Formats: sequence, C-alpha cells, structure tokens
Amino acid sequence: MLHEPSLSLPGFAPALPVCDGTMHLILFVLFAGLCLAGAINLLLQSHPINSALSLIVVMTSLAVLYLLLGAEFLAAAQVIVYAGAIMVLFTFVVMLLNAGREERTLGSRVARAVGFPAVVTILGVLATVILRAQGLGSASLHDGITSTEELSAVLFTKLLLPFEVTSVLILIAILGAVALARHGDGERMDGK
Amino acid sequence: MNSVPDIYRILPEVILTLTGVLVMLVDASLPPGLPRRSLGWVAATGTAVAYLASIWQLSLPVGTGFYATVETSPFTVFFHALICGIVLVALLLSLDSLPEDSHHQGEYYALVVFGAVGMCLLTAAIELLVVFIALEISSIATYVLAGYRKETARGPEAAIKYFLLGSFATAFLLYGVALIFGATGTTQIYDIANLAPSAQNHSLVLAALALMLVGILFKVSAVPFHVWTPDVYEGAPSPVVALMSTAPKAAAFALLLRVVYEMFPTLHSVWAPLLSIVAVLSMTVGNLAALRQQNVKRMLAYSSIAHAGYLLAAFAGMGNAGIAAASFYVAAYAAMNVGIFAVVTVVSGYDENLPMIQDFRGLIYRSPLLGGLLIFFLASLVGIPFTGGFFGKFYSFSAAVGGGAVWLAIIGLLNSGLAAAYYLRLAFAAAQRPSDETGLTRSYEPRAGVAVIAALLFAVAATLILGIVPGDVLHAAQTGAHTLQPPPPTATEVIGIATTQPRVP
Repeated sequence: MLHEPSLSLPGFAPALPVCDGTMHLILFVLFAGLCLAGAINLLLQSHPINSALSLIVVMTSLAVLYLLLGAEFLAAAQVIVYAGAIMVLFTFVVMLLNAGREERTLGSRVARAVGFPAVVTILGVLATVILRAQGLGSASLHDGITSTEELSAVLFTKLLLPFEVTSVLILIAILGAVALARHGDGERMDGK
Repeated sequence: MNSVPDIYRILPEVILTLTGVLVMLVDASLPPGLPRRSLGWVAATGTAVAYLASIWQLSLPVGTGFYATVETSPFTVFFHALICGIVLVALLLSLDSLPEDSHHQGEYYALVVFGAVGMCLLTAAIELLVVFIALEISSIATYVLAGYRKETARGPEAAIKYFLLGSFATAFLLYGVALIFGATGTTQIYDIANLAPSAQNHSLVLAALALMLVGILFKVSAVPFHVWTPDVYEGAPSPVVALMSTAPKAAAFALLLRVVYEMFPTLHSVWAPLLSIVAVLSMTVGNLAALRQQNVKRMLAYSSIAHAGYLLAAFAGMGNAGIAAASFYVAAYAAMNVGIFAVVTVVSGYDENLPMIQDFRGLIYRSPLLGGLLIFFLASLVGIPFTGGFFGKFYSFSAAVGGGAVWLAIIGLLNSGLAAAYYLRLAFAAAQRPSDETGLTRSYEPRAGVAVIAALLFAVAATLILGIVPGDVLHAAQTGAHTLQPPPPTATEVIGIATTQPRVP
C-alpha cells in the first residue's frame, strides 16, 4: 500500500486541528476563488502574455491551497518550479516570439461555441458525482507525510522506480527538442 | 519480498536505456559530417539483446519488483518481445531508408530506442505513476519522430497536431488516475482492484474508469478519438509510421487490458458494452473513410483505425479468452502493418515521391518481389487464411461470440468484407500493367540493402508463422492471459481498506 500525501481533490475546506477553522475557511475560499478566476481569465484573454500572467495567479493560489492542506514541501515546490521557473520560461518564450493577439477564425469560434458548453457539462457531471456521493466536507492529509524527510523517504523507497524513470523522460524531451530545433538538412550550419 | 534482484525485473528496459545512451554518446563523439548509419546498427543490436533479455525473463518466477511497481509475467514478456521485435524491424527499415546525409540520424535512433523503453515499461508497470511516466516517454518519442521531415509542410503539422491532441488525451488519463487515487487512496493496480469494489464513492470509480478509457483509446486511435491518425501518418516519415502505428499501440492495448481486466474486473458490465460500441464505431468509420482515400498512407491510417476496432471486439470476450485473443491480434496486426509500411517505405522512399494509389500502378512488373510482398500483406490485412490477419480476426470474433456478443462478430465480418474493397484497390493497382506516364517509371529507385531485406523478411516470417502455425504464439498469449487476473484480496489488504479510506464526510 502506498502512503503518499493525499493532495488530490482540492475543493474541500481544510481542517487542521492546530489552527482556527474559520481562518482556514476564509483563506481557502479566497484563494480557491482567485485560482478559478485566474484560470477563467487565462482562457478568455486573447493576448498570450496576459494568459501567461493569469497562469502565474493560478499556480500561486494553488500553492497556497497546498499549504492550507499542510503540504509545505509541495507548496514550496509549486512556487519555485511552476510559478517561478516554468512561468519565467513561458513569458520568455512569448516575448521572444513576439506573439501577437490571438486571431479569431471561424474554427476558433466554433471551438468556443462547442468547447465551453462541453467543459461546463463535464464539470457539472463530475461535480454532481463527487457531491452526491461525498458531499461537502473537510479534507486533510490522512497519513501525514508532509515533511521533506518523509517525502524523500517515500521517493527513494516505494517510488524509486518512477523517480528514476523520470530521468529518461527528461532526457527524451531534451533529445526531442534538440532534434526538432537543430537546423534541417536543407539548411546546414557547417556550410557544406 | 522475493529472491530475484529488482534489476532483473526491468532488464530489457535497462538494456534499451543503455543502448540509447550509448547511441547518443557515440553520436556526439563522431566528428560532424561522418555518416551516422552505424549508430542504427548499434541501436538494432541493443534492441535484439533486449528482445533476448525479455525472453530470458520467462525463466524468472512471476512476481513484482521495485516495491510492487513493475511486474514480470508471461503477459509482460509477450508484449516486451512483441515491442522489441517491432522496434528492431523499424530500426532495420530506417537504416536503409533514412537519407545518408541526415544530420539527425543519431537523435533518430536514440529516440526510437528510448521510445521503446517507455513502451516496454508501460506493459510491465503495475503502478499508475509508472504507467503515466512510461506513456509519456513513448508518446514524446513518437511526437518528435512524427515531425522528423522538417523541410516539408506536413511534417511539423503532424508533430504539432499529434503533440497537442496527445497531451490533451494524456491529461484525461492523469485526471482518471487522480480520481481513482481519491476513491481508493492508492495508485497500485492490484490494490485498486481490491479496493475499488468496496470504495465508498462508487461513481468516482466510474468517472475514473471513463477518463482513463478516453486517454487510452486515444492512443490506440479508436473512433471517437481517431481524428489525428490520418494527418499524422501522412506527415510522418514512412519508417516512423511503421513503428508508431504498431509499437505504441501494442503497449497501449497492453495497458488497456491491464486496466479493464486487472484493475476493474468487477466493472465488466460497464466497460464491456462501452468497448463494444467503440469497436463497432472504429470498424465502420475506419473502413468507410478508407474507401474514399487516394493517398496510400491515409488509407492505411484509416485501415489501422478499423483494425483497432476488430481488436476491441475481443474485449467483449470473457476473461482469459478475451485477453488471449486481443494479445494475439496485437501481434498479428503488428506483423502485417509493419510489413506493409516497410513495403511502402521501400517503394516511395523517405521523401515519398509516390504517395498516391495510382502511383503504385504496375509495381509488380517493375519489381515482382516488392509487388508480391505488397499483395501478401494486403491479403493479410483483408484476413485471408494462411496469414496472420486471418487468425487474428478469427480469435477476436470467436472471443466476442464466446462473450455473448454475436452481433459484434457479425458486424466485424461485414466490415471485413467492406475493407476488402479498398485493400483490393491497392492490390489491383499494383498488379495493373503500367502505362508510360505513371509514377513508377518516372522515379523508381528502391534502395534495398541488407537491413531492409532483413526487415521485410522478419515481417513476412512473422505474418506467415502467425497464419500457418499460430499455436505457439496463441499459447504464449494464453499463458499471459492467465497471469493477468487479479489476485484475491489477502487479509492484510482487507484491513488496508479500513485504514486507507481517507475522506470520510
């Protein structure tokens, strides 16, 4: 049996015994709302840079939600890796490419007209499924693997293989990026 | 847990990874401008060794390794051997068909071998985290390989399309994994199998199953999720299509078997009708669309969608019969599909000078051997006896009948008849007398080296063996099927239910 920190299913007010429940609830509602607003704004913005900035809002508020669940390490990793490194890269690429506004074509209008109702439907079904069976309640980390030490113990014993195999995944991503980005056969760099 | 060292459980993957790293290192150390063709031989040798290592794994006792994240059993060995075989043939095919002066040969071979690592691991994984990472490895390799003809407009288009849709589909799978973790508190497939029936939130389990099916059915290009297939196959280089239309699909089917038969056996009444509907849709839509195609690769792309349908029909079968039939079909499909794309590669070359059906006119007069092989593989795709395709369909439809879905078998047979129409169109084109202005007379210069001959030989041999003496492979598939059944819950696991129900409202 695996005991990982159970971090799925944000959407339940956290209840940590050490702190006051109301404060948690307020923080949760605040940042969950911010997270959702950021996500919706990300979709609605037509300029890539605005979308990228909204994504930072989403990532950071998610980090706060993790923190409220008591997963300090994950919250820190979320801020450093996602809100920090990945988003810097994102904005960098957007600015380097000098991407303009999104162009509205017939295809994108159709995608909007079909996509948004579809998303609402899926969301509705999932929400009904979860709410009907479980209702609103509180969630917390049930087996309390929260500290960095415990996390790394899991990472280097029970989840050793996935952890190691991720290196192959990263390697192949780099390899693929190099293969695609290098100059093609027609445009040799060494001028032969 | 057991005396077998963990590393033996993933020996083929380790060998493939080392081969990939070796190819990269040698590629980097060779001076620029030197031909990189020898790297292909390194990769092919490594894959052959990995094949032997998977066969050797049969001597290991069935069991798990690395804290119950991977498994070796006849089932995993069957798919490992199949995937290594496909990759080996695809590598041999690429050796002679990649342009000599390509700058990217080193990366190409390394990507193929690393992709094989992901596919092999996918069939061995019994932990959903490993499943996800393995699936990503194999997918990213194929995304990049699909866009390898950068100088054409279609190559990058294929890669981007495949990448965007593929990532979207993987997100569905991941969402499903997250939900099943929420419902059971574990990502280990055996534990899920034991905990899911008693999960408090049954609808969460159903939602997880549905989302995971979306992700996997995309990878096998079954019908509601098939739209990417023709464009990607058309844009990707032919040797890559030979690989990507078979090996990742074999791995994805292994995962599908594991998910439905091993992880959710109790939900048989839910997923069996669902997969039957998908099977009927895939066959019918695939075949009807293939009828209208003029481009050979697009036609074969739709044909591969139809074949995914025939294969999914086996999932209507009960337990072992269904698993064995599906495994056998994967092998038969792989043999003939790699074969036909090998012929297409040799005929129209890496740059595809001859993409249309009428370009194949008179092939049999130009090159009797190639024309004969083309017709042979087409016959197998139709499902004519003495070829692998016949027994594949036979077992698949018998499994469906055994599972009580006679209607599915009838629709499958009708579809096979429909499919014959477009396969025969290509066969007739190849057998027609060439007129002067056909493509073949214009530029026909097959590059048939030792490697490509070996690749064709392997594909023909596999198709013939599966068609004439299918007994051994079928036996292997059946042995594999027996090991895929979930173990009965043990006492500790039953206690585990109480302790791992995290969210009590």
